[in-house]
Amino acid sequence: MMNAPAVIPLTRPQMAARVAADIPEGWCVNLGIGIPTMVADHVADREVIFQSENGVIGVGPAPAREEIQPWLINASKAYITLQTGGCYVHHADSFAMIRGGHIDLCVLGGYEVAPNGDLANWATSNNDTAPAVGGAMDLAAGAKRLWVVLEHTTKEGQPKLVETCSYPLTALKAVTRVYTNLAVIDIEPKGFVLREMAPGVTFEALQARTGAKLHLPD
Amino acid sequence: MINKIVQTMADAMAGVPDGGIVLLGGFGHVGTPNALIDGLIEQGATDLTIVSNNAGAGREGLARLMALGRVRKIICSYPRSKGSVVFEELYKAGKLELEICPQGTMAERMRAAGAGIPAFFTPTAAGTLLAQGKEQREIDGRIYVLEKALRGAVALVEAWEADRWGNLTYRQAGRNFNPVVASAADLTIVQAQHIRALGDIDPEHVVTPGVYVDRVLHLPYGDPTIEGK
Repeated sequence: MMNAPAVIPLTRPQMAARVAADIPEGWCVNLGIGIPTMVADHVADREVIFQSENGVIGVGPAPAREEIQPWLINASKAYITLQTGGCYVHHADSFAMIRGGHIDLCVLGGYEVAPNGDLANWATSNNDTAPAVGGAMDLAAGAKRLWVVLEHTTKEGQPKLVETCSYPLTALKAVTRVYTNLAVIDIEPKGFVLREMAPGVTFEALQARTGAKLHLPD
Repeated sequence: MINKIVQTMADAMAGVPDGGIVLLGGFGHVGTPNALIDGLIEQGATDLTIVSNNAGAGREGLARLMALGRVRKIICSYPRSKGSVVFEELYKAGKLELEICPQGTMAERMRAAGAGIPAFFTPTAAGTLLAQGKEQREIDGRIYVLEKALRGAVALVEAWEADRWGNLTYRQAGRNFNPVVASAADLTIVQAQHIRALGDIDPEHVVTPGVYVDRVLHLPYGDPTIEGK
């Protein structure tokens, strides 16, 4: 153990950058709240269209304080800018676009992901009678691809990648890839398939922190 | 001559019924018809069901209507947000009924109502808690949830420009739910920042045709407050 290399988990911005690295030019992408929002800062000079479900197609970077436009917010109610070429639609059109499979990718945060692609990300208890679902269920059900970015374990060390989600589901069999601070994992018919590990992480250590079987790629 | 422009808030709010469903435009603090909500408070209708993405923030607008005990039920996608203190108080005290609806489903239920579609199947929420008690059906190998149209007695809309026919434009992200609620109510009431002469709004730019609109009140309310400033 003394010679084991130090594990260097990805920071939150590094996780966002890792997600961004897999987004090709030309995609239309919806980003959820939290780490997913930071993905937009890392696509560099690739032309990617960010869709915000409150009807903004072509979300640009956050404005400087003195350049805030008071009518221009995203789904997190944060001030944004509009990309050149961007436009506005109303809520029914925005969600028609989402449900209709016109969004290439949605990136969401999550509480739990299961190897069959089930996602729990909106309510932490069956007894929470007023959870805020927002657009998460529509996005999870409608986007062409659903990537989830989350810490590999809870603060207490419990796996977030689990055999079966214990929290209320956002969508069934929807997640296609997971990015954590320790690994990149695809969801395939056989379950979690490991694609990449953070520096210093071993397969055994990662499996120990994962609540379901990890498969090596074929 | 068609003239949907009314001169007073009392004229705008005349006939809003007790016990009615009221659809609100707005998302967060942008595009929210707060002046009309104040007018509704003055008008006095009570026992209302409110359809709104958020359950109000702070003590003004929807939060004030709720604090006054005029709302029986709220249908929304995101009840808890920064400053939703009035909702929390009333909900904890059992004084407010809540129906959580996924945001896109909520929008589509109103769109359907405005388009004469009584119900529709959607993939959103299939197999989840929010599908409980609803019909779910497999169509071509995928499970869908049957959702019913959601029509209002009244819609309150915040628009950027309006003319006397009720043609409307919106401002940036202030569009949000406004055109959707405008199409889905028996009585659609608009607060407009600017009144234009008929023909001065470019026909290519009209978002909500006046067909959907009953009354327009000119309320140069100004920009939404920039939060945190």
